[in-house]
Amino acid sequence: MIIQTRDIGKSFGSVLALREVSMSVEAGKVTCVLGDNGAGKSTLIKILAGVHQHDTGSFLVDGSEVRFGSPREALDRGIATVYQDLAMIPLMSVWRNFFLGSEPRKGLAFDVATARRVAREELQAMGIDIRDVDQPVGTLSGGERQSVAIARAVHFGARVLILDEPTSALGVKQAGVVLRYIARARDRGLGVVFITHNPHHAYPVGDRFLLLNRGTSLGEYGKGDITREELTGLMAGGAELEQLSHELDRE
Amino acid sequence: MTVAPTVSSDERISKVGLARRLLIRPELGAVVGLIAVFVFFAAQSPVFRSPAGIANWLDPAATLGIMAVAIALLMIGGEFDLSAGVLTGTTGLILVTLATRYGFDVWTAMLAGLVVALLIGLANGLIVTRTRLPSFIVTLGTFLMLQGINLGVTKALTGTVQVSGLRRAAGYETARTIFAGTIEIGGTSFRVAILWWVFVTAAATWVLMRSRAGNWIFAVGGNEQAARAVGVPAARTKIALFMTTAVAAWLVGSILALRYTSVQANIGIGQEFIYIIAAVIGGCLLTGGYGSAIGAAIGAVIFGMADKGIVFLGWDADWFKFFLGAMLLLATLANRLVRRYAEEVKH
Repeated sequence: MIIQTRDIGKSFGSVLALREVSMSVEAGKVTCVLGDNGAGKSTLIKILAGVHQHDTGSFLVDGSEVRFGSPREALDRGIATVYQDLAMIPLMSVWRNFFLGSEPRKGLAFDVATARRVAREELQAMGIDIRDVDQPVGTLSGGERQSVAIARAVHFGARVLILDEPTSALGVKQAGVVLRYIARARDRGLGVVFITHNPHHAYPVGDRFLLLNRGTSLGEYGKGDITREELTGLMAGGAELEQLSHELDRE
Repeated sequence: MTVAPTVSSDERISKVGLARRLLIRPELGAVVGLIAVFVFFAAQSPVFRSPAGIANWLDPAATLGIMAVAIALLMIGGEFDLSAGVLTGTTGLILVTLATRYGFDVWTAMLAGLVVALLIGLANGLIVTRTRLPSFIVTLGTFLMLQGINLGVTKALTGTVQVSGLRRAAGYETARTIFAGTIEIGGTSFRVAILWWVFVTAAATWVLMRSRAGNWIFAVGGNEQAARAVGVPAARTKIALFMTTAVAAWLVGSILALRYTSVQANIGIGQEFIYIIAAVIGGCLLTGGYGSAIGAAIGAVIFGMADKGIVFLGWDADWFKFFLGAMLLLATLANRLVRRYAEEVKH
């Protein structure tokens, strides 16, 4: 168990954004966080990533309680976050982006040859098929950019990878590509937190499912405890969906 | 960790044609322009293509080029410096004034000029990074203030609008040899400023392409927020760029002061736009994040050629301004195409 939260909560002024949420992330497992807009997904991952601090409950990393003051502290503990609006520079090449902020050095110089080679190797190790690491990131598709960001986090020693809605802006095929990299990161022994509002993306790749609704947990399920249909039903708020289909039915 | 299959090349890379690869180089437009302008003038004027002629048009290219290269770095980093032109005047005035009126030797006077330049660069950088105001406005303010100081102080000290007599100062001859002398190559004398320009261009290119700082410069100009998110010291990078520009202004100011031994208080006004234009012709985007030092140096050569070429052809020098505008328009159009190409997203 790398990360664990116990009845964690967070409020912003009078707004209770998150109440008594418990979850866990294991090495080599994918924990999916599902929920509609406003369910508290972002608040939860921002606590894990060190952007916010929790008010109640406890947050454990490697079994000991922590409270991150900044994203840097989370990163130092091996918790890397890939946000939806990726931190990448469109006009710069893939390898320059890959090492931005952590450039390998050879004497005074930026070791360009190593950077190019390592970037290419890391991408290949993740099974990411980039034609040319010299091409600007701006020419990559959304899925490819996500993949580069994931490979980058893995290379820089992440043990836990938090992915904030990596598939939400993508087409079906692209989303499939990203799901494959999530599986690849999992196979390399990383704990993955996969945030999504799409149960069809979560179910094939997830090992545990945390369902959030209006800031509270609807429960954390293992894959054996829940079917895809149940997951979808819970996500949509079962009864509500049924009523909606009645309303939309002709006659 | 799985062992990466070491495939050194991807068979699809060859499909990225050479033409497309060249097209994406920021210098491309400038190189085409350089060839066109050279052929245009060389075809009509034998003097233009003679060694003496080349030495003649390389000289303005050199002093402009040093500044254009520094401004190019700053523009790639996403900022402007409108005070750079006037700062060449300020540093020159400090050099001549201290050396002729306060008994400084040339070297100490130059050092004083360097310190002032660094402080002005630092001030520009700090104001821009702390307040997040557009550097266009901040340095426009510095530009006007320096312009006022240059004229006001010079008038107060000398009663005229120029300081002169640097020739009599101690250390003048050595300093002149290093910064404003000439070297003979094949019977033609070339200004030593050309060497400084080549050196500055080479150094800037190395920094951009082969140093961490270079990666940071492209990043802060391309997307400052994203750069900061991955740990790039964005503010420090920008401040360093403003200070580099100021040092370049000091170098050019000193070169010109040592060459002419006197400095007009209004020197350098209007030059700031020429630097930016040369950088843009060299492939820098006005929005930052893209460009090249070599391109800016080539942009400066195009200027040098046009500046002197128009004189060699016996045309009215007013045509130079027309030429300037036309080049700028063409260059920005070309750059826009390149940027579109670079940012086009494949699905």
